Amino acid sequence: MIPAEAGTSAVVLDRVTVAYGKNRALQEVSAVFPRGAVGLLGPNGAGKSTMLKSLLGFIKPSAGSMRVLGLDVASQPLEIRARLGYMPENDAHIPGMNAVTFVAYCAQLAGLPQADAMQRAHEVLYYVGLGEARYRNVETYSTGMKQRIKLAQALVHDPDLLFLDEPTNGMDPKGREEMLELVRDIAHNKGISLILSSHLLPDVEYTCDHVVVMDKGRVATYGSIDELKGPAGRVYEVRIKGELHKFIAALEAQGIECHETDEDIMRVFVPASHAAGEARRVFELAAAQGVQVRHLRPSLPTLEDVFAKAIGEA
Amino acid sequence: MSPIHDQTYRRYAGHREPPGKTWAVIAWAGIRNMLTKRAFLGLLIFAWVPFLVRAVQFYVAANYPQVSQIIAPNAATFRDFVSQQGTFAFFITIYVGAGLIASDRRANALQIYLSKPIRRVEYIGGKLATLLFFLLGVTLLPALLLLLIQISFAANIGILRAHPFLPASIVLATLIQTLVMSCTMLALSSLSNSPRYVAILYTGAIFFTTAIFGALAAITGGTRVAWISITSNVSQVTDAVFRQAPGYQSPWQVSLLVILGLIAISVSVLERRVKGVEVVS
Repeated sequence: MIPAEAGTSAVVLDRVTVAYGKNRALQEVSAVFPRGAVGLLGPNGAGKSTMLKSLLGFIKPSAGSMRVLGLDVASQPLEIRARLGYMPENDAHIPGMNAVTFVAYCAQLAGLPQADAMQRAHEVLYYVGLGEARYRNVETYSTGMKQRIKLAQALVHDPDLLFLDEPTNGMDPKGREEMLELVRDIAHNKGISLILSSHLLPDVEYTCDHVVVMDKGRVATYGSIDELKGPAGRVYEVRIKGELHKFIAALEAQGIECHETDEDIMRVFVPASHAAGEARRVFELAAAQGVQVRHLRPSLPTLEDVFAKAIGEA
Repeated sequence: MSPIHDQTYRRYAGHREPPGKTWAVIAWAGIRNMLTKRAFLGLLIFAWVPFLVRAVQFYVAANYPQVSQIIAPNAATFRDFVSQQGTFAFFITIYVGAGLIASDRRANALQIYLSKPIRRVEYIGGKLATLLFFLLGVTLLPALLLLLIQISFAANIGILRAHPFLPASIVLATLIQTLVMSCTMLALSSLSNSPRYVAILYTGAIFFTTAIFGALAAITGGTRVAWISITSNVSQVTDAVFRQAPGYQSPWQVSLLVILGLIAISVSVLERRVKGVEVVS
C-alpha cells in the first residue's frame, strides 16, 4: 500500500513487477522515494538498475504503476524525462564529440535553445571539474573524467530529479571524494532531488538522507537513514574463542541479533528491552555456552548494520 | 573532503522547446559531423562530376544544332542520370549510414538519447534525415538543377512540354531510391556495434541479391526473377516512374511491393533495436 506522503514524493512505485522472460527482476515492488537525496542500496542483481530503467521508461513493467514527480510514467514519459537527469552506470557518450559539444548537444536534446545550451555546457563542465578539459574529445577521457561528464550531461538541462547509477564506479579515492562532494552539494544546496543507486554503503551514507534497500527484486527496507540506524538498542563488536555457531544460536534465542563480519569480529545487536545490563548478558551467555569473550567493545550503528539486517530479513 | 571545484551551477529558468523538434537537432549534428571529414567532402565533390558532364552535354545540345539530334536531353537522359547517381549514393550510404546507429550502440549513446525527452521515432527520424540529406544532395538536387539548366540553356520549356511528368518523376524516383537505401542501411546499422561490419553487411546484401538474380537469369534465360535483386527492383520502378520501357521482364508492381516490404522490414527492425536498454532474457 502506498503511504499518504506519496503525493509530495519524488518517486512512487505501486506493486511494480518487471520480468525478463521467466526471471522476475522486480517483484510487486511498492516504495516511496521522498524529495532530497535517497540512496538505492542492494547487492548486485537486486533490481536497482532495473528500477531506474523502468522509471525512465526504458523497460515496461508487466504489472503495477509508477509516478515520478507526480507524473505517470506510462502516460507522460516525455514530460518526466524533461525534468529528469540520468547518469548511466556504464560508459556512455556521443561518439566523435568534444566535451563541451557533447554536453551542449545533450542540453539541446532536452529542449534548450542552442545559445543557452552552449552557455550551460560551459557552466556545468566547470562545476563538475572538467573546465580545463572541455575541448578534449570525450573518448580520450580517463574513467574518472568519463564519470564526471556523465554527471554533466545529466545536469545540463537543470533537472528537478537526478538518477545516478553507481556514480563513483572506477574512480580513484580522490576523484571519488570529489564526486561524492558534488553529489552532496547537488542534493543539499542546489535544490535537486536525487536517487543514488549504489552498492557502496559509505557513498550512500555520506550523500543521502533516506535509503531504500533492495534484495532479490523486493524492497527489503526503506526510510530515513537516521531512523533506520535508530537508537532502538546497542551494538557491540564481539570476538570469542569457542564454538561460534552455538554461541550465535544462544544469543538469537535471547532475541539478540548477530552478524558475522569479514574478520573474526561479529556485530551483536542488543535490543532496547535488554538495555539494562546488556553487556553482562552477553558475558553470561558466553559463560553458559563455554566460550571465552576475547573482545567486547560498544560500537555505533552504521548503514552497514541496517543493510545487513534488511538483507538478512528479506 | 576536498572543496568543490567551482560553485558556478545555477538553475535554468530560460525557454525550453516543446518535444517533437529534436530530430532536427540530431540531424544537424550528424550533418555537421560528416562535413568535418575531408575524405567525405572529396566523395561529395566527386559525386557532382556527372552533373558537370551532363551540363556540358546540355550546353552543346542547345548551342550546336548539328549534334543536338544525338545528344538532346529527354526523359531517358534524366532516368539514366538518376540511375548513374545511384552508384555515388551507394558509397555515401555506406560512408554516412554504417555508423549512424552502430556507433551510438558501441558508445552506449542510446541510453543518453532516450533519457532525454525524445521519442524513439524522433531519434530514428534524425538519423534518417542525416543520411537522406546527403543522398538527396547527390541525386535529387543535381537532377533538378540539370532540368533547370536545360531550360535555361534551351531558353524554352520544350522539355517540360514534351515530358510534363519529368519534375515529379525526378522527385519520386530519387525519393524511392534514397529511402530504400537509407532504411535498409539504418536497420542494418541498428543490428551491430561495428560500423565496419555494417558496411560489409550492406555491401553483401546488395551484391549477393544481384549475384543470385544474375545466376537465376542465366539459368532461366529470362529476367522474370529480377525482383530478387534490390538494385534491379529500384531500377525497374525507376523505369516505370520515368515512363521508360522496363529493363526486366518482372512487373514493376512486384518490384514496388518488394521495395515497400524492405522498408517495412527495416522499420520493424529499427522499432525492435532502438531501445534505451538491451534486455537479454
